[in-house]
Amino acid sequence: MTLPAVAPFAFIGCSELQESIAHQADDEKELAELIEEVPLDSIHFHTHSYFLRHGLIEGTYPNDFAQWVVVQIGDHVLGERLAVIDPFDYPDLENLREEIISIIDDHLSRTPIIPRVVFGQPFHFKRSRILEVPIGLEARTLQEFRDMVTDIDVSTIYYHMFEAHFRLRREENDFSAWIRSSLGMLKLADRIRSINPYQGSLERLRSKLITACDEFLTGESARV
Amino acid sequence: MNSALDEYREVSPKGTVDFLYRLSDLVKGKSFLHLNAVRYGGGMSEVLRRLVPMMVSLGVQARWEVLAGTQEYFVVVNRMLNALQGRDDRLTDEMYHTYSSIIERNAKALKLEADMVMVHDHQPAGLVDYRTNGCWLWRCHLDLAQPQRPAWTFLRRYVLKYDAAIFSLSGFAQRLPIPKFLIYPSIDPLSPKNRDMSRSEMTQVIDRLGIHRVKPMLLQVARFDRFKDPLGAIRAYRLVKKHHDCQLVLAGSGVMHDPEGEAVLAELREAAGRDPDIHVIQLPPEADLEINALQRSATVVLQKSIKEGFGLTVSEAMWKGKPVVGSTAGGIAAQIVDGVTGYVIHTVEGAAFRIRHLLNNPGLMNRMGAMAREHVRRNFLITRQLSDYLTLLKLLPAS
Repeated sequence: MTLPAVAPFAFIGCSELQESIAHQADDEKELAELIEEVPLDSIHFHTHSYFLRHGLIEGTYPNDFAQWVVVQIGDHVLGERLAVIDPFDYPDLENLREEIISIIDDHLSRTPIIPRVVFGQPFHFKRSRILEVPIGLEARTLQEFRDMVTDIDVSTIYYHMFEAHFRLRREENDFSAWIRSSLGMLKLADRIRSINPYQGSLERLRSKLITACDEFLTGESARV
Repeated sequence: MNSALDEYREVSPKGTVDFLYRLSDLVKGKSFLHLNAVRYGGGMSEVLRRLVPMMVSLGVQARWEVLAGTQEYFVVVNRMLNALQGRDDRLTDEMYHTYSSIIERNAKALKLEADMVMVHDHQPAGLVDYRTNGCWLWRCHLDLAQPQRPAWTFLRRYVLKYDAAIFSLSGFAQRLPIPKFLIYPSIDPLSPKNRDMSRSEMTQVIDRLGIHRVKPMLLQVARFDRFKDPLGAIRAYRLVKKHHDCQLVLAGSGVMHDPEGEAVLAELREAAGRDPDIHVIQLPPEADLEINALQRSATVVLQKSIKEGFGLTVSEAMWKGKPVVGSTAGGIAAQIVDGVTGYVIHTVEGAAFRIRHLLNNPGLMNRMGAMAREHVRRNFLITRQLSDYLTLLKLLPAS
């Protein structure tokens, strides 16, 4: 049996409003130059909310930059290099921006021509405004938490797993932080913290969270 | 519990309806006015008919007002529409005067006060001159990428007076000094065009249209217009036909009182020749059940347009679990996840190649169709658009 939390976990969902900013790139050099210039919000949009927009679909590239160079320019080499960037490896968006620029610059230094859009669409830079929406659900035990995760809108998972990283500026996500500090379940907290949200869709993330909770709860009941 | 929204529990993604209830708590009691030029006809009116009652049921004081125009005014705004979309339709000073005078007359008749006023497209755009309170948004459903300069200059003068503009795609927008938001249009999964159909209902419609029920069906639903490239669809079908005994259905409307539509139809009939497996079907306006049945009966859906608006017929077909082979025009590519829910193609040959690949792989076709439906469920349903509009109402302050 799990004990009630010191403080309940209040789930928050989010709604994203996309805003176009007046920059567009037609080739990879322009892309790098504009990545250097655009507000950090835009870097966040193109590396994170891709998941919010593709809550289910997997198999495509996990950020808009990689997706664009592959699909619109046809440059698979740069696409692959950009695709493996893991935003969790960087302490903040400025560092993430520098890494992306450095990968593109390095790629261009080895390419005799600057790959550009011929038949495809230019890259349109965007940013988003996120509205936090308390969804009125509060979990006091791990079982309640697990049951609520099963039914919540995926934007709630996005908010607590992705937004938390840069909002809190720490490696912990909201779920693992609560399980650690309020439930005192350190092993489970470590496991949930180690889930990399950039590898799979939000639905896959939901499944991983539920599996982690179920396995922990099964272990608990076996011990009792 | 609320019936207008609760009907969508079964069709929208998990948790969406509850999320919308919570989101609406943040804007309850606020007023939201939609203004456009027609009550019936066109995708925008179709969605507003459903969206406005949904907003009301969530506690938003939503209204929808329609501009009253004269025949002369509608001729002017239709010319303006063509010019804004790049066609060579000239407008005279007298026409601009007609536009302004109808706007002035409507401004006196309409109640324009609201916390948020969303003005759809160019026809009522001039009403912004008479704004009093609230946040005014210009919702542009058109592709303004290459407008005729005089028409855009005229309209831009009004657009600059809005607090923000909303486009369906970045590529449809012009440079503007006001914020530009991006909101995809959506389909209503419970409308006659998209609701579930029984097999017998579907069979009845297909039989009535004279289509073979067993042969694999390639389908393009589009107005008979050169921009939709129906001749390209026939050429792609002929390349497929060498290997697969299939049929092509080209279903569309837009011929009545339209010389270009009639010419395109004549060209298509000539191109089809005596091939009994090419069906060119003229549909009346708002032939929703026919389109629904055709899309559900299709094996592969094709959208071979050269120029397109957002092209929601793609989402309609995907919602029915069909893989779509579509061009890069307009919003088609924004709806297809290439290689996952269908294929984005650039040429007739590309279309034929992908269709052949799909016909050779029924398993792949089913998987893609299932992913297509899920992709639409999460991105192109009316529930998502409702969420976007409520978010606008919360985030954008009145200027």
